[in-house]
Amino acid sequence: MIPSPFDYHAPKTLRKALSLLQEHGGDAKILAGGHSLIPLMKLRFASPATLIDLGGISGLRKVVAGNETISIGALATHHTVESHRLLKSRCGLLPETASAIGDVQVRNRGTVGGSLVHADPAADWPAAMLALNAELDVSGPGGDRSVAIGDFFEDLLTTAIGDDEILTRIRIATPPAGSGGAYVKMHQSASGFAICGVAAQVTRSNGACASVAIGVTGVSAVAYRASAAEAALQGGPLNAETIAAAAEKAADGVDDYQEDHHASGDYRAHLARVFTRQALTRAAERAA
Amino acid sequence: MPVSKSVGARIKRREDPRLIQGLAQYVDDIQLPGTLHVAVLRSPYGHAHVRGIDTSAASEHPGVVAVVTGDDLKDNIGAIPCATTDPEGFPGIQVPDHPVLAHGKVRFVGEPVAAVVADSSYAARDAAELIEVDYDPLDAVNSSEAALADGAPLLHEQFGSNQAFTWAIAGGDIDDAFAQADRVVKQRFNHQRLVPNPLETRGVVAQFQPGDGKLTVWSSTQIPHLLRTQLSVILNRPEQLVQVIAPEVGGGFGCKLNVYAEEALVGYLAIQLKRPVKWIESRRENFLHTIHGRDQVGDVEIPVKNDGTILGLKYTVEADVGAYYQLLTPAIPTLTGLMLCGCYRFQNVSMELTAAFTNKMATDAYRGAGRPEATYLIERMLDCVAHDLDMDPLEVRRRNFIGKDEFPFETGTAVAYDSGDYEIALNKALRKIDYEGFRKEQADAREQGRYLGIGFSTYVEICGMGPSAAMPAGGWESGTVRVDPTGKVTVLTGVSPHGQGQETTFAQLIADGLGVDIDDVRIIHGDTEAVQYGIGTFGSRATAVGGTAMVMAMEKIKEKAVNIAAHLLESNPQDIVVDDGKYGVKGSPDQGVTLAEISMAAHGGVNLPPDTEPGMAATHFFEPSNFTYPFGTHIAIVEVDADTGEVDVLRYIAVDDCGQIINPLIVEGQIHGGIAQGLGQALYEEAIYDESGQMLTGTFMDYALPKAHNFPRFELDNTVTPSPVNPMGVKGVGEAGTIGSTPSIVNAVVDALKPFGVRHIDMPLRPEKLWKLMQG
Repeated sequence: MIPSPFDYHAPKTLRKALSLLQEHGGDAKILAGGHSLIPLMKLRFASPATLIDLGGISGLRKVVAGNETISIGALATHHTVESHRLLKSRCGLLPETASAIGDVQVRNRGTVGGSLVHADPAADWPAAMLALNAELDVSGPGGDRSVAIGDFFEDLLTTAIGDDEILTRIRIATPPAGSGGAYVKMHQSASGFAICGVAAQVTRSNGACASVAIGVTGVSAVAYRASAAEAALQGGPLNAETIAAAAEKAADGVDDYQEDHHASGDYRAHLARVFTRQALTRAAERAA
Repeated sequence: MPVSKSVGARIKRREDPRLIQGLAQYVDDIQLPGTLHVAVLRSPYGHAHVRGIDTSAASEHPGVVAVVTGDDLKDNIGAIPCATTDPEGFPGIQVPDHPVLAHGKVRFVGEPVAAVVADSSYAARDAAELIEVDYDPLDAVNSSEAALADGAPLLHEQFGSNQAFTWAIAGGDIDDAFAQADRVVKQRFNHQRLVPNPLETRGVVAQFQPGDGKLTVWSSTQIPHLLRTQLSVILNRPEQLVQVIAPEVGGGFGCKLNVYAEEALVGYLAIQLKRPVKWIESRRENFLHTIHGRDQVGDVEIPVKNDGTILGLKYTVEADVGAYYQLLTPAIPTLTGLMLCGCYRFQNVSMELTAAFTNKMATDAYRGAGRPEATYLIERMLDCVAHDLDMDPLEVRRRNFIGKDEFPFETGTAVAYDSGDYEIALNKALRKIDYEGFRKEQADAREQGRYLGIGFSTYVEICGMGPSAAMPAGGWESGTVRVDPTGKVTVLTGVSPHGQGQETTFAQLIADGLGVDIDDVRIIHGDTEAVQYGIGTFGSRATAVGGTAMVMAMEKIKEKAVNIAAHLLESNPQDIVVDDGKYGVKGSPDQGVTLAEISMAAHGGVNLPPDTEPGMAATHFFEPSNFTYPFGTHIAIVEVDADTGEVDVLRYIAVDDCGQIINPLIVEGQIHGGIAQGLGQALYEEAIYDESGQMLTGTFMDYALPKAHNFPRFELDNTVTPSPVNPMGVKGVGEAGTIGSTPSIVNAVVDALKPFGVRHIDMPLRPEKLWKLMQG
């Protein structure tokens, strides 16, 4: 498995990385953990002329779980998130999602930012980030900007990031007391990616649903918020019946189902409803 | 053979330290000065005419030494061989030319079209991309049904159809069995195509010495001697000038029991270029161009009495064998035919097979090789009989078991089971569970909407291959035992272990037999220049046949050692006893001599009994009188998730009988791996080609191998029914786990889904399939 020839750059600063990206334009690819890109290159399904490896840039791996804000460097590995003690107590949905990714080796190398930018329709992070209303910090030649996760995924393997931009950080408002999250997933038996994955974050107030967000991955070309299901719960009582009724709407509005020999679109839609019920139930318990 | 110091002990594998420390030498570890590297350009089409190949840009690429195409090779090299094309055995068989590099036409994705030789593997791979092939794509066929349909596109036009061969076996009177039956139980079964996936892919290094004309080929193979013979034919080289070495081989599962295009190609290039040449298969190439397993679809009919007595079995089946034959392609489904009766008494049997060429890689031997298909369909059919007659599946089995006093037992397919006690293995397995308790738990769980199931597989398989009369290229095996002057023992065995642990088990046999320390025994295999001719490792034969050859050679040495000891001790050979490493006179063991002292005398050549040859070496070629027939009972307990259809294997019990056990640790390891591969077929694995012949499951992102976390802890036990076929009483255990396990899982899942009226489900048991069945 030998890739096509390519030039390799390992800049030490973000600024240098951005200038390299500008210099090489569309011929260049950003290398983070490499767990999607390198296999594609070895199969020669992707043959970038230039690789810009972000691994040497300090600061991009940092994870901070503050009282107000959680900040995840784009190059933080899945393992870093999975094993982060403060994250476990302040935003359990993140480590739970990380632990459902691949295997130990994948989690030790693969990065949160790399996964988000690759925008694989079966990746796990998009579901969790949608459920947590993440903000993505992006740097480009014109300066920094921030993209809401809801505006980030545009199509299959396509995001709102420009060719000359780099994702640097993911910011999440730390969930308040009385909030709980859960991620439920079926692994595709070969790759371990999600046939369907549902992340839910629920905040209770006096037994009622003060806020709810549900992210669904694996089902359509881009991960989505299950808005109809959220609307059914928002502000109302949180119990087995209301959760079950809301979960029935988890695939409403989807019209571009993923289908392959592992699972049909109908089945993925069914799993979205089942896992939404399970994720909401678990999240609501944790919110208590 | 009595269990003594070493035999029967749980000795850790002597090969493992080098394997787990990265000190083993695989083909890719062989680094010869000046080596050239080969990249093979392969067909991206399932079926196409090749109108032309332009290699000029590739030839000019820096580092490229040579580019060859099918046209360059076709008059200078032989075809890829198939050993089983006798029209008497396979009526109407069509044998297509199987070129090393395609010319004129390509017939499956991955078929070799051209090869680039360069001074680095990178340059070779880059240059291969520069070869321009003018393809004219054709319609393809991706199943036996499509291949045999009227008007199907033809792979080999000269045959006028895609029918490759037919094969049939019949015993008793199947028509009479149908006439006597109260009813006929029917089911159609699909045995999906599988990819063997050894940890180490294939690879070849070849070196030609122009001085003496000798060609040395290192290949990741299970059959170094057979490969040597075949390469001498394909390359038209004198066999004594061809040496084949199987270095460390990282698994084979049958897929390296073959002769491949790249082995011939690399040998040819080394001779032409007079430099060492290396080709290492990528995982992608392994998916596309290393043989596949299974791929049968057929209908089974079983005439039964209302009390569950099975009167016979009829199997009408199509085999999808791919585009060409590899070494044993036609023979594999015949092994299904031989084992159709399972461990049951009925004598009326019929199998009619039609094999079809398709635009896919060839099928051939994959762990079990034809027997998993037989065991799967008979064990599934027993459950269908139980279902249709509303009987317990165990009752149907017990009613039809061959009794323990009926061995040797000749089946309706005219094979003679050597020994067995099927009921005792079943009973031992049942003692590990509370069957009645489980049925209650199952009923209670169903009330709560949870679906538990239990599945049984009471299997028998055929191995220890085998008598030469039943084999395409000899079924015997060879062994040489040498004692060096210092008393150390060297064994040369004709088998070619690649994970089965014979460097340990064979040394255990020698240690006990000759009274030496196991660390003083070395087992050499896999080098045709070091080892006398042998057949190789496959068909769970290495210990039953190769071990026996070695033990018989050892007996010759032992007799000689005893004679020399008697001479040295001034005693009679019949008074010599071997105890704790000493050959001594009965009654006064302290006076004994060691094997080292005996061997020193033998090599000194002076102090020997009259008419005794000097030296201490003996060779034996062992021809077995029969196959061996291991058996056992596997039990799976599963839960199917009502919401998603996912299968959770809760318990897995296996009681296997492989005859005498030399090393329980190694036997358990073989059973573990075997069960994993059998469960892989039941739940996950499937090689899928689309209608144009593209392989949709050509990477590990799409082809699902089972993983450790998919399994519970295996609960193993065994019974020991010695085989009368060899003096050790061993049977073989390399494939039993795979053969026995697949139906137990499917039977358990079908049992779990019985409330939904489910009677059969084709593999693999993907969650969606099960979920849909639960929707009614």
